[in-house]
Amino acid sequence: MDKPMKTISPRWSYFLLGLSAVSIIVSLFMVFVVVPTEATMGIIQRIFYYHVPVAWVAFLAFFVVFVASIMYLWKRSRMWDIIAHAAAEIGVIFTTLVLITGSIWAKPIWGVWWTWDARLTASLVLWLIYISYLIVRSFIAEEERAARFAAVVGIIGFVDVPIVALAIVLWGTQHPNPVIFEGGLAPTMLATLLTSLLAITSVFFLLLLQRISLRQDELRINELKRYLD
Amino acid sequence: MSSSFKKIKAILYKDMISELRTREVTFSVLVFSLLVIVIFNFAFGVDRPTMEAVAPGVLWVAFAFAGVLALNRTFIPEKENGCLDGILSCPVSREDIFLGKMLSSLVFMLVVEAITLPVFAVLFNLPVLSLQIIVVTVLSTIGFVAVGTLFSALAVNTRAREMVLPILFLPVAVPVIISAVKASEIALAGGGWGDISSWVLIIVAFDAVFVTVPYLVFNYVVEE
Repeated sequence: MDKPMKTISPRWSYFLLGLSAVSIIVSLFMVFVVVPTEATMGIIQRIFYYHVPVAWVAFLAFFVVFVASIMYLWKRSRMWDIIAHAAAEIGVIFTTLVLITGSIWAKPIWGVWWTWDARLTASLVLWLIYISYLIVRSFIAEEERAARFAAVVGIIGFVDVPIVALAIVLWGTQHPNPVIFEGGLAPTMLATLLTSLLAITSVFFLLLLQRISLRQDELRINELKRYLD
Repeated sequence: MSSSFKKIKAILYKDMISELRTREVTFSVLVFSLLVIVIFNFAFGVDRPTMEAVAPGVLWVAFAFAGVLALNRTFIPEKENGCLDGILSCPVSREDIFLGKMLSSLVFMLVVEAITLPVFAVLFNLPVLSLQIIVVTVLSTIGFVAVGTLFSALAVNTRAREMVLPILFLPVAVPVIISAVKASEIALAGGGWGDISSWVLIIVAFDAVFVTVPYLVFNYVVEE
C-alpha cells in the first residue's frame, strides 16, 4: 500500500467557503444594484462582470493543470496528478460557462450567438483540448498510465494555447478589446469587476480543494476494497 | 551525435522497407485523401469562384484526415506484432525512436501530398503547384507529424486507440491547419512571400515547439 497521502486541512475549505459566500453576495449586490447600467449596451453588459472573471479562472485552472502535469512527470507523486485532474475538470466547466455567457451577450449585441471570431475560436479550441484530456484519462484503465498520459496532454495542450491564440488573432478579431488595464473602465465598474474576480477565484479554489479531497477519498476506498478482496 | 543519427536512420529505413513490402499505409491514405477531395467536389459544386474559395480548406481537410489515418498506422502495427517492446529494448534512446518514427511518418505524408497536389491541380484546374504552396505544405507537415507521432504512441496504449488519436490530435493541430489554409489561400490568390510571411512564421513557431516538446516528453509516453 502506498504511504497515506497528505490530506488538506478542512480549515482551508471553511475559510474559502466563507470567503466565497461573502464575496458572491457582495458582488451580486454590486453588479445588480451599485454599478450603473452601461450606456450603449444596456442591461446585458452586466454579464461582463462574471464573463471576464470566469474566463480568467478557466485560464488559471489550465495553468494549474500545466504546472501540476510537469510536477507529476518530475516527482511522480500522485498528489500532483490529482491536482491536475481536478483543475482540468473545473477548467472545462468554467470554459463552458465562458462560452455560454459570451453567447448570451453576443446574441443581442452582435445579433448572433456565435461568430468565428478569434477569441471565441481560441476558447472553443481550448475547451476541446481539455475535453480530450478528460477523454484520454477515461480510456486508460491503469491509474499510473492514465496519470502519465494525461500529464503529457496537459503540457502539450497548454503549450498549444498561445499558438492557437496567435494564429487566430491574425484572422482579425471582433471581441471587445481589453479595456481593463487601459483605464477605460469607470471606477465603480472596475471595483465591481474586481469583486467578482475575487468571488469567482475563491469559488475556484474551493471547488479545487473539494475535488481533491473527494478524489483522495475515492482512492482510499479503492485501496481498502483491494485490501479486503 | 553521429551514432544517434545512424539509429534514427535505421528506424526510418526499417519503416520504409516494411512499407515498401506492403504499401499498406501509402495506398490507403492516398485513396482516402482523393476520396475526400471527390466528396468535397460534390458538396461544393465545381464553379470556379467557389472552388477557388474552398480549395485550400479542402486540401487541408484531406491532408488532416489522411494524416490521422497514416499516423494511426505508425504505432498500431508495432504494437500488434509485439515490435514496440523490441524497439524499446534496443539500445536506442527514446528521443531517437521519436525522431525516427517522426521522420518515417513525415516521408509517408510527403509522398501522399506529392501525389495529391498534382491530382488536385489537374482536377480543379488550380495553380496549387506554386513554390509557396509547396513550402507551406512541407513546413506544416513537419509540425503536424511531430504532434501526431507523439499522440499516436500515446493512443496505441489506450482502449479505442483509433478513436483517441483524432480527438487528441486535431484540436492541438488547429493552429497549423489554420495557418496552412490561410497561407495557401493567399498564395493561390497570387500573393507573394511577404503576404504569407506572418502565417509561415506561425507554422515555423509551431514546428519548433512541437518538435521540441514531444521530443522531451516522448519518454513518458512509451515507458512501461
